[in-house]
Amino acid sequence: MSNDKRFLEVQNIHKEFGNVLALNNVSISASKGEVLAIVGDNGAGKSTLVKILSGALTPDKGKIVVGNKKFSSLTPKTALKAGISTVYQDLALANSRDVAANIFLGRELTKRGFLDNKKMHIEAEKLIDGLEIDIPDVRVPVAVLSGGQRQGVAVARSVYQKGSFFIFDEPTAAMGLVETNAVLKLIKKLANQGYGIIIISHNMAQVFEISNRICVMRHGKIAGLKKTKDTTTEEIVSMITGAGEIL
Amino acid sequence: MTINYINFIKKHSAKILLLLILMIMMVTLTFLSEYFLTFKNIKNILNWASTYLLLSVGMTFVICSGGIDLSVGSIMGISAVVMGFAIKGGLPVGVAIISGLLTGTFIGAINGTLISKIKINPLIVTLSMMSIVRGSVILLTDGRPIFGFDASFTFFGGSESIFSIWGMEGKLINIINPPIAIALITLIIGWIILEKTKLGRYCFVLGSNEGALRQTGVNTSIYQIGIYAISGFCAALTGFIVAARLNTCEPLAGTGYEMDAIAAVVLGGTLIKGGSGSIGGTFIACLIMAVMRNGLTILSISSNYQKLLTGLIILVAVAISEIKKKKGIE
Repeated sequence: MSNDKRFLEVQNIHKEFGNVLALNNVSISASKGEVLAIVGDNGAGKSTLVKILSGALTPDKGKIVVGNKKFSSLTPKTALKAGISTVYQDLALANSRDVAANIFLGRELTKRGFLDNKKMHIEAEKLIDGLEIDIPDVRVPVAVLSGGQRQGVAVARSVYQKGSFFIFDEPTAAMGLVETNAVLKLIKKLANQGYGIIIISHNMAQVFEISNRICVMRHGKIAGLKKTKDTTTEEIVSMITGAGEIL
Repeated sequence: MTINYINFIKKHSAKILLLLILMIMMVTLTFLSEYFLTFKNIKNILNWASTYLLLSVGMTFVICSGGIDLSVGSIMGISAVVMGFAIKGGLPVGVAIISGLLTGTFIGAINGTLISKIKINPLIVTLSMMSIVRGSVILLTDGRPIFGFDASFTFFGGSESIFSIWGMEGKLINIINPPIAIALITLIIGWIILEKTKLGRYCFVLGSNEGALRQTGVNTSIYQIGIYAISGFCAALTGFIVAARLNTCEPLAGTGYEMDAIAAVVLGGTLIKGGSGSIGGTFIACLIMAVMRNGLTILSISSNYQKLLTGLIILVAVAISEIKKKKGIE
């Protein structure tokens, strides 16, 4: 990846919880159009890193660079404004409302002060089609959708809100095979369209299937960063478990 | 085309069922009493329905948003008393009415502020407000009603058709007197706000997933305050109509009315937990409640049964929606 495509960068990030050092001098960058997978054992610091990127946590030290803007910390609002969207499985949808209403939530289209439902339905269909998300009707409440479709709705909303960088935290946890494939397809599609992706996953097969690079975290540090095509599952697993350190 | 037809029936199945219940009740009562299906009695029913309706439109917003407003009965009382004081103090009737309506809206806004800013449970806020407001009204009036107004005030509660002014004597249209007209206008405006504006949209989202709305950067407090202000306004309007009808601003007016409003809203298919509901359902439910009340009266059944039935309606309506949810229909 060349430097000019680099979009999101964290530099020397430190984060302590009491005397637990969750992140120790972590620096990593991600680019538009690539899928960066972050893997690691429980407690390795993946979630802390993601929370800092989405603005939910404030780092003790270090810098976050988004595009050409530097931040010492982000809030959920500034993260969104900078184009970083974190896609949660369930949190962000209003179940009783339809797909279009959820996509346009907070940014409703209006005509003379009244909601322009017709236009929102048409635009929602376009967005869904453009991302090849499999939702037959944008007028159904999201409560009846499957987990994968719901993530599709959340992604479509972020795309509409001019998000350019997506963070998926275990996007396929508790999902069936068909659903999982739909979500992976969506993530690839987003990368192909030039969006940047960070995905956290425990599933090695999945990581190898969709990522361009794999970042291994261990004990709050970056234990290794590999291009997916230049590494193997064995190598990554040994980095996760720290098997290489003993030898 | 047929699919649209089926979808329409599916979407409105609850309302269609309520309409059927209403029709069955009306047909039964027609057979049971010769007085039921008369012009005068239908007017009576609509008169009752108009007070239920005014109160329930505001309550629909509140319950859709996942809240509850127990203070509406007390707000009816204080708004009417403010109007009474203002008129007796020599203010023009129009100014008096507006100050009464503003009082109700303001109390509603206070409810909304406490609920959204300090995050107190709506049940606690409005239950306390119910007692605070009722206590204040009784202290202000010393418990005595204010009565004796001229036609410029009592007109709004009158049974005279609004069309008689223009000399229109068509019989059926003359059923529309000022309370019924005001209720219908409120119903239409309420429907437009709930279905066609951001406030209405966010009302449903607040009841469904408040966090989702906040995440998108919407100032949820303003909308929550607005919703309770609407409820306060509707309660004040109801207080006004009842006072004008009785030619009396009674400090205890509206006691227990919150139960009727809640019953009408949940009977109309609005989920008690919020997130889903409709003004149309509330409208039909208000008609059912008014017919029920009227039926009990003309069949000379004790009015104590009305209270019992109102409580039953709330319980059964909520139970049905919970059972439906468990079975995954909703």
